[in-house]
Amino acid sequence: MNQIKKYLGLLWMAMAPLLIVFMAWQAWEKIGAASGAAKSNVALQWVIILMVFIPICAGFFIFGKYSFHGDYAHLPESSMELDDYEEPVL
Amino acid sequence: MEPSKMNGSEAQIDDLLPAETGETPQKIGFIIGASSVGTLIEWYDFYIFGMLATIISVQFFPEGSGTSALLSTLAIFAAGFLVRPFGALVFGRLGDLIGRKYTFLLTLVLMGGSTFLIGLVPGYATIGWAAPILVLVLRLVQGLALGGEYGGAATYVAEHAPKGRRGFYTSWIQTTATLGLFLALGVIILIRNAQGVETFSSEWGGWRYPFWISLLLVIVSIFIRMKMSESPVFSKLKKEGKTSTNPLRESFGHKANFKMVLLALFGAVMGQGVIWYTGQFYAQNFLETVCKIDFLQSRNIMIIAILFATPFFVVFGGLSDKIGRKWIMLLGMLGGIIAYIPIYKTFLEWTNPSERISMIDKSGIKVGASEAFYDAKHPERILVKTIHDTTYTDGSIFKYTKTDTLKIAGTFTPGLPLIFYKHPVSGEEKTVAMHAKPKEKLGVGVTKLELNSISDSPGSNVEKVMGKAIYWKIIFFVFLQILFVTMVYGPIAAFLVELFPTKIRYTSMSLPYHIGNGIFGGLVPFLATLIVEFTKSAEHPNGNPLAGLYYPIGVAAVCFIIGSVYLSNKIDEDVND
Repeated sequence: MNQIKKYLGLLWMAMAPLLIVFMAWQAWEKIGAASGAAKSNVALQWVIILMVFIPICAGFFIFGKYSFHGDYAHLPESSMELDDYEEPVL
Repeated sequence: MEPSKMNGSEAQIDDLLPAETGETPQKIGFIIGASSVGTLIEWYDFYIFGMLATIISVQFFPEGSGTSALLSTLAIFAAGFLVRPFGALVFGRLGDLIGRKYTFLLTLVLMGGSTFLIGLVPGYATIGWAAPILVLVLRLVQGLALGGEYGGAATYVAEHAPKGRRGFYTSWIQTTATLGLFLALGVIILIRNAQGVETFSSEWGGWRYPFWISLLLVIVSIFIRMKMSESPVFSKLKKEGKTSTNPLRESFGHKANFKMVLLALFGAVMGQGVIWYTGQFYAQNFLETVCKIDFLQSRNIMIIAILFATPFFVVFGGLSDKIGRKWIMLLGMLGGIIAYIPIYKTFLEWTNPSERISMIDKSGIKVGASEAFYDAKHPERILVKTIHDTTYTDGSIFKYTKTDTLKIAGTFTPGLPLIFYKHPVSGEEKTVAMHAKPKEKLGVGVTKLELNSISDSPGSNVEKVMGKAIYWKIIFFVFLQILFVTMVYGPIAAFLVELFPTKIRYTSMSLPYHIGNGIFGGLVPFLATLIVEFTKSAEHPNGNPLAGLYYPIGVAAVCFIIGSVYLSNKIDEDVND
């Protein structure tokens, strides 16, 4: 199972930037296609969507990275295990 | 401090260590009731804005103004997608610093206050731009408050629940989102039916009452919550000086905890969010806008399905205490992945005239009353509204209301055939032979028309009232979708609570929950519509109406894979650490 997690980690790491590119492309296309007063409205919608999805995709990439490095090989069974201090990720 | 010198709340703390002593059934019943009622009211407050969005946009965000449209978009998008997760961070942090009780009291006051005030804001016609700006600010406060409420209530109940019953007790909190939707639907329908559509939609009409009712509900809920004591687990931690000094940093800055936040989001909540929104919102939207089922009937379908499905939140929450949370949640997701396309395809088959030819009773097609509008300023034309009913053998009635601008050929003479002036589909103005024949004279020289063919064209407004058998079948299929919701949503509070330590629980569980529900779930209608747009072409101008389901199915599928591979089914017995 840990091997599957490792390879899936690679998949998630690849998917994350692809999703960002896809969303940005969609935003570009939809904003470009809109005209008149609707243009700024469509732009606002997409700016909000990109603002929330880019950090989520970044999180998905980090999830893939952790997975690839075997950080999910063992899930903590007690809160004590979560107290181990490591370098901040954010 | 000696026990005799302790104040009331401290004395209660020592009485309330659930894992060690267990709550009495009366006490835990009060805790669940008080927490759930408040959370239910918050959901009710959040939903009424969305359900009354059409009226609100007319009253506060007038059409034809770019700025107004921008404010409206902000009110809808930002409140759900940006502010909710932000609220989770702000109030989650507060909840881990000062305690659960006061934090979710604060969110309740903010939510109730802002909802009540929305109902008091005069319309754009009265105070101009101040109206949409005030509504936007109040809506953002609503989003912020909702972001802080759920994590607090779920954590509070879980920290009171005895061992082995956490899933069961927290599942009561899980019913509140659905019951809030039910309550909002019910209140709106009741007032609308009592007042009539016109009065209900006027500037100070009945649409404001649901906002005002909120104040009453919130006052009662605050009164109840004031009587509650702090979570015993948190109080114990506080007493020992072990609470977090920086919950945000500890939640998201420490890899050991942050990896669990990511796992909660991508392995559970993301899929739960899309299943929830598809079952309870997209279903109604699809029935109303794609299948064109009558306003009242589509809402009744939802209300009945919700009513039958709601007890299953508790059933699956309780079951998760026995067999674990993971597979119940994942089976709910799998149900959605497999069943959505067949279910929605069936909805289309039952409601699309071209798909139900075999059921047609041709003698049942008839033209109902027509209304013609003559404007003296434009004596060359009249507006004709024709209501055309098609009755099917299964009892369904499809009512087409078609409004046509008709040009009067030459000098108008009562009884003469009219000439079709504006093409109903292309909008092109041309004089073509009218597919109608004069039937009967009405009033002053207006001719009643019988149309030869009417379809679901843009020129027609369609409302379908389904026959009893199909009506109940649709209810069953919506019920099935909400059953999937109960499977993914019933155990999730217990699952999230068990994933994180007490000192940063509120913060750690609130953020993934609101990203999963607010963003992944909340974007279902927007992204589904976008995907349907992709499928439109010159040959298929309407596109594939089922394509919108690829978004929730795709997200649920990725979540299912992650959940299956990465999550543990083991129940954490001790949440006191």
